[in-house]
Amino acid sequence: MTMRSRRVLFLVAAAIFGFLFVWGLSGLPSFGDYRGPYGIVLGQIVMSERHTTEAVGATTFDYRGFDTMGEEYILFAAVMGLVILLRELRGERTEEEEEEEYPVHRRRREASDALRVLGLALVGPLVVLGIYIVVHGHITPGGGFQGGVILAAALILVSLAGRYPAMRRVRPIPLVELADAGGAAGFVLVGLGGLIAGSEFLYNFLPLGEPGTLLSSGMIPLLNISVGLEVAGAFVLLISEFLDQQFISGLGEE
Amino acid sequence: MTVLQGVLLVLVALGGTAVVLVRDPLRQSIVAGVFGLLLGLLFFAFQAPDVALSQIVVGSLALPSMIVLTLAKLARLQRPDE
Repeated sequence: MTMRSRRVLFLVAAAIFGFLFVWGLSGLPSFGDYRGPYGIVLGQIVMSERHTTEAVGATTFDYRGFDTMGEEYILFAAVMGLVILLRELRGERTEEEEEEEYPVHRRRREASDALRVLGLALVGPLVVLGIYIVVHGHITPGGGFQGGVILAAALILVSLAGRYPAMRRVRPIPLVELADAGGAAGFVLVGLGGLIAGSEFLYNFLPLGEPGTLLSSGMIPLLNISVGLEVAGAFVLLISEFLDQQFISGLGEE
Repeated sequence: MTVLQGVLLVLVALGGTAVVLVRDPLRQSIVAGVFGLLLGLLFFAFQAPDVALSQIVVGSLALPSMIVLTLAKLARLQRPDE
């Protein structure tokens, strides 16, 4: 395609896009004009119905809890797929095996002192922040997903700050997998509790408690914790698989 | 619309443009992380703290680290006997 025809094609496409874009924008409601009925209704009833001060958390984990379960399993399935795709193939060798064969010392993996000190100093606060955000998901903004990713970040920071081959030996992968699977299963088990209590799946069957306290909002904190476990496990697995790839040489045959 | 919201909208527009204009993938991943942080601040200014938290952890943490690790792997494949 010549430069000239490409330019003509671009100008035609840009003109059509510009027209549709301006047309679409002109039909938008004005700034701050919210027309959906559900948000307004939820904002009014969440406090009295579910004893939670976080309308978003109550919506995602209670009023539309089934959708959230689907989202949780999307992440679960995606990470499972990644783990299968990035498994060690025949013909690939890890660096440790290579070092045993050719004892050439590779120094470039050592983290700098600044990264190591800052990384290790941040691990503790990040763990506390992650747990805080998970368990306060029904009181303040945040919840299982956000807190779970922060918890995973703390573990990832350890592998950034430490020497990776040493990390590989002590990394609790079975524990991480257990958290991932246990969190995913926990959501369904809490949902089944609603059935056992004699109502529908994911019915909020637990006592609602005093609004604004940690033990309130019925099953919402339990769902937050199970999602937090699942997300933290999933993200640690995901980054671990990517990290492992750095230490595998050869393209592999299969 | 408050001044803060207006300023952040402009910053997000500039950040998005910067991500496209930076052509080196490694630098691009860092700029994309900053853009993710700006987007998180924008959501916060529009009173959506839940979305802001998700955006910050995914946009400026998970996404850049995955891109950087992928780039490192690609660089290693191109120069195998480094």
